[in-house]
Amino acid sequence: MARGVSYKGLWQRAMLDSLRKLDPRVQYRNPVMFVVEVGTLVTLLMSIDPGLFGGPPQPGARAYDVLVTVILVVTLLFANFAEALAEGRGRAQAASLRRTKAETIAHRIDEAGAAAGDVPASQLQKGDVVRVEAGELIPADGEIVRGVASIDESAITGESAPVIREAGGDFSSVTGGTRVLSDWIEMRVEQEPGKSFLDRMIALVEGAERQKSPNELALTVLLAALTLIFLIVIDTLPPLAGYLHAHLSVATLIALLVCLIPTTIGALLSAIGIAGMDRVIRFNIIAKSGKAVEAAGDVDTLILDKTGTITLGNRMAARFLPMPTVDQARFVHAALLASHHDDTPEGKSIVVLAEREGEQVEGQEMDGATQIAFSAETRRSGVVLKDGREISKGAVDVIRRMAERAGSAVPAELDTFTEEIARSGGTPLAVIEDGQVLGVIHLKDIIKPGMQERFAALRRMGIHTIMVTGDNPLTAATIAREAGVDDFIAEAKPEDKMRRIREEQAEGRLVAMTGDGTNDAPALAQADVGLAMNSGTSAAKEAGNMVDLDSDPTKLIEVVSIGKQLLITRGAITTFSIANDVAKYFAIIPAMFVTAVPVLSALNVMHLTSPQSAILSALIFNALIIPALIPLALRGVRYRPMGATEMLQRNILLYGLGGVVLPFIGIKLIDLALTAMGLARI
Amino acid sequence: MTAHGLLGDALFLLVLTLAAIPVGRYMYRVFEGEKTFLDRLARPLERAIFRLAGIDAEGGMGWRAYAVAFLVSNLAMAVLVYLLLWLQPDLPLNPAHLGPIPPTTVFNTVASFITNTNWQVYTPETSLSYLSQFALEFLQFTTPAAGIVVAIAFVRGFVQGRGDLGNYYRDFVRALSRIFLPIAFVAAIALIAAGVPDTLSGPAIAHTLGGATQVIARGPVAAFEAIKQLGTNGGGFFNANSAHPFENPGPLSNLIEEFLMALLPTALLFTFGEYIKNRRQAWIIFGVTMTLFAVLLLVVYSSEAAGNPILNHLLGATGPNWEGKETRFGISGSSLFAAITTAFTTGAVNAMHDSLTPLGGFVPIFQIMLNTVFGGAGAGLLNILMFVIITVFVTGLMVGRTPELFGKKIESREVTAAAAAMLVHPFIVLAASAVALSTAAGRAGIFNPGFHGLSEVVYAYASSAANNGSAFAGLGAASPFYAVSTGIVVLLGRYVSMLLMLYIAGSLLAKKTVPASTGTLRTDTWTFGWIYLGIVLIVGALTFFPVLALGPIAEQLSMLAGKVF
Repeated sequence: MARGVSYKGLWQRAMLDSLRKLDPRVQYRNPVMFVVEVGTLVTLLMSIDPGLFGGPPQPGARAYDVLVTVILVVTLLFANFAEALAEGRGRAQAASLRRTKAETIAHRIDEAGAAAGDVPASQLQKGDVVRVEAGELIPADGEIVRGVASIDESAITGESAPVIREAGGDFSSVTGGTRVLSDWIEMRVEQEPGKSFLDRMIALVEGAERQKSPNELALTVLLAALTLIFLIVIDTLPPLAGYLHAHLSVATLIALLVCLIPTTIGALLSAIGIAGMDRVIRFNIIAKSGKAVEAAGDVDTLILDKTGTITLGNRMAARFLPMPTVDQARFVHAALLASHHDDTPEGKSIVVLAEREGEQVEGQEMDGATQIAFSAETRRSGVVLKDGREISKGAVDVIRRMAERAGSAVPAELDTFTEEIARSGGTPLAVIEDGQVLGVIHLKDIIKPGMQERFAALRRMGIHTIMVTGDNPLTAATIAREAGVDDFIAEAKPEDKMRRIREEQAEGRLVAMTGDGTNDAPALAQADVGLAMNSGTSAAKEAGNMVDLDSDPTKLIEVVSIGKQLLITRGAITTFSIANDVAKYFAIIPAMFVTAVPVLSALNVMHLTSPQSAILSALIFNALIIPALIPLALRGVRYRPMGATEMLQRNILLYGLGGVVLPFIGIKLIDLALTAMGLARI
Repeated sequence: MTAHGLLGDALFLLVLTLAAIPVGRYMYRVFEGEKTFLDRLARPLERAIFRLAGIDAEGGMGWRAYAVAFLVSNLAMAVLVYLLLWLQPDLPLNPAHLGPIPPTTVFNTVASFITNTNWQVYTPETSLSYLSQFALEFLQFTTPAAGIVVAIAFVRGFVQGRGDLGNYYRDFVRALSRIFLPIAFVAAIALIAAGVPDTLSGPAIAHTLGGATQVIARGPVAAFEAIKQLGTNGGGFFNANSAHPFENPGPLSNLIEEFLMALLPTALLFTFGEYIKNRRQAWIIFGVTMTLFAVLLLVVYSSEAAGNPILNHLLGATGPNWEGKETRFGISGSSLFAAITTAFTTGAVNAMHDSLTPLGGFVPIFQIMLNTVFGGAGAGLLNILMFVIITVFVTGLMVGRTPELFGKKIESREVTAAAAAMLVHPFIVLAASAVALSTAAGRAGIFNPGFHGLSEVVYAYASSAANNGSAFAGLGAASPFYAVSTGIVVLLGRYVSMLLMLYIAGSLLAKKTVPASTGTLRTDTWTFGWIYLGIVLIVGALTFFPVLALGPIAEQLSMLAGKVF
């Protein structure tokens, strides 16, 4: 998050937390690590009294028990540290958010606009109306009822450029903790006390509201089952071995148990989940639950608005098409004059294109000219020059009527050009000067840079994209083709979006969409993943299960990636954890039975120095792999959009095969180190 | 190993595959009520049965109703057979006037036969009347049928747009009338042609040249043998099982029996492919399972062919391990039989598994521990799909989506039940073995000391838990301790996982089918197939590695080191 969070002290805090988390009441929530803790307790007791479980006294048993205990404690601390570090990062962000939550005084007003007394912001009730002046902090989330103001939202979004908020329309919502920079607003509070956007955000990044997501829950069950299996394996081993007159040390049995149960993923599972949420927040997106992020990874269909998402908000002039009797230069010049005062992006793009064609506003040509502003009613804009000439540009049918009213002939080319432009997906804009049609400007939708690549990436992920636009089917088809979206809904009404979502869902697909307007709210709520724009109305923000603080709808694509990355990281480390067991068996089993079943030393393929060093090496490897994988857990497995089978092959090679091979090397190296330190025989 | 033997094995597996495909598709037609050539024969019979039993065989069932019907019908059959065995001395068809059967043996036998295990703690020809044998033969028909229909019901949970798992009674009766009875009938005729006797007369009395009188047990053997193999039952008419010349007179009957054991579990994979409308998926699972089987078959064959180095050294010769084998089947015929009977969890034997070389003996014990190398009728497919669910869950996460299997999302409920089902098998095997090896009653039954004794006990419980029924022998299995403990293990091994799987099917049934996209993990690829195999092996190996190390592995290493016991 670009808001200068201080990570100083994060490590110290995490280390302290690791100790605090040794509390069995905390460990109990994680079945895998709880088993480790119980085992640690047993070896600790044996360190104090080696004869606790009977059996013949062995020389050096206590030293061995102490070593095992130490390694087990370290294993627990590493696991706690991973979780504490992930939580700490969230907490650091929450702290910076909380600073903006400094107590503010709200100036309540009544219906008539008269002051109704000041109260602390925390005591505002839903429905209260307050007035906020320039320089003041907005006390709560709400809707502007009167006024327009520029607002600094950097406390929430990290974006320093101020935004304009005004009453009515889709830009009327304001967030508590942001600051009014100029003018004033009167706003209605839309939130219950303590449930503001900021409150929720803080709770979220702190992990206070963290609930296990469905996939995490399922994985926890699987890990618990594996732990149970190995508990059975270890518990039944002494009687089985006893038949062969092999006495097994309890510390060794616990060491084997801890090595076999999936401690690696058990230790990192919650850190992965917290870090996943954290990554979403770093992207300036607030997810209302971890479930929403996971659902994003599952999305099958993406519904995107054309304007603002796929194309730049506005059409651009691409070509001048003069009527046959009109000189090109004259037409371009007229178009330039008509757009000179026009501040709309279309107008500006006409000026740019005209200048590129070599036309300039000459001398005092524009002095004393009156502008005719665009209105939805007239559907044209233009200019009346000093010399009385009137140049207008506007919708073709409007211009045609003006020509007809003026009694001048309308060239057949007007229709030909119009049709041609429409067919190619553009919008025609006709120019008329004193009743004479001069020509048609071809306005084109410009696809945002990089969108084609993004849609190609989505297709590789197997996500079906649907563009929603109010354009006619012809225009829509052209843009869809150019951008590379799979499907489109043309001439869309708000209810069309809703209907399409329902249809897709009825076929079993998961649907994601973005929206900002109040009329998007039902669709946002219906979609499995609804990403609301922070610039949108509070109704939209309430309905969606994620809010994008940057109000960039294309970020939905990143959210999908993060969701997938979260699942992949869990799966990869689980696979790695299970695959590790193979090498650990080869280290521990021969060592365990070295006296009772000496032939099994043939299984000591790593040629470890001594039984003790074999067991300790496996146990140390098991502990060290946890901090080694913390960066991966926090950062997430690298995700590139590709087909599922290809991705599976890649990950299984890396984490499955790698998980089998790596511990053979690691355990051998640790054994060499222990031997060099003289710890191999105690 | 001989080229002859290897070629024979390869040909056998080819013929098996070619036969399993049409049989698998035929089974699909049977269970989905499509037209089959047996309609005219079977339909009146089925109608009569339903009318007689007063059962509604039309309405569809949810998982609960299906499970209840399965359990209730099993209980009814178990009680019936229990009474028949218990009251044997007072019932007809007892030409040899055999006396009562000990109560623990009755319990063990009923538990073992109702679960398709056919672990036998008695000597059939000297303790069971023909009626008792018929009672068990009845279960040999009905229990594989019940296993198959539960598997079919489970697979239906994946079928798009289905609202129910089918009707248990209808499935069960159709399985008998259209699959088991017709195939067993033809197979029995084939076995008679291959020299297996079939009669209701009492034992034959023979006077030898030396003047002695021999009482030679016989009976309706061919009919019994056919369903014993076809239904992956394995309980023999004689104690010597398929090593007995009346059960298995020669190479031809041996081949027929091997074929029958393997036919239905293999075919069921193809039935499954028809149900999920994805034949490629069936081929992938078949392919990796067959590869594993072929490798394990080679291990046992090569190990037996190489023989015992210590013995070879003493004799100054090289030869295969002939101990416990019938010369009429040869090393190849015995190895293939041992591999098949444990892979398909039949449990019939034509050689003494106890006398296999340690590595050769490792294969049968490993296969019943995995319990997924094809597996028994129905139960095998269920176990395979349980591991497919676990595999899909772990690997599905790795492609970044909530895992899906055949279009149905695999979530907490399914994973919980599948993990529990996965847990049952190692739990009952290891816990029961530990109890047996640490109690005086358990140790008393072991005839061989050391690693081999441990293998014998573990084998007994693994065989019970997998509902296999074969034994390493060398174990006093008839003692009340083993009769009762294996009886409990077979029941847990069968019903717990089957009920959990039906529960999963019910949960899947309620889910919408998600259309596949390129982002969906495809399970019908070789990549997925090999990963599935990896998970099966790693979980299987990790769970049983310590006992395998202390049993067959230690024994093999000792043998190689020249150590004898």
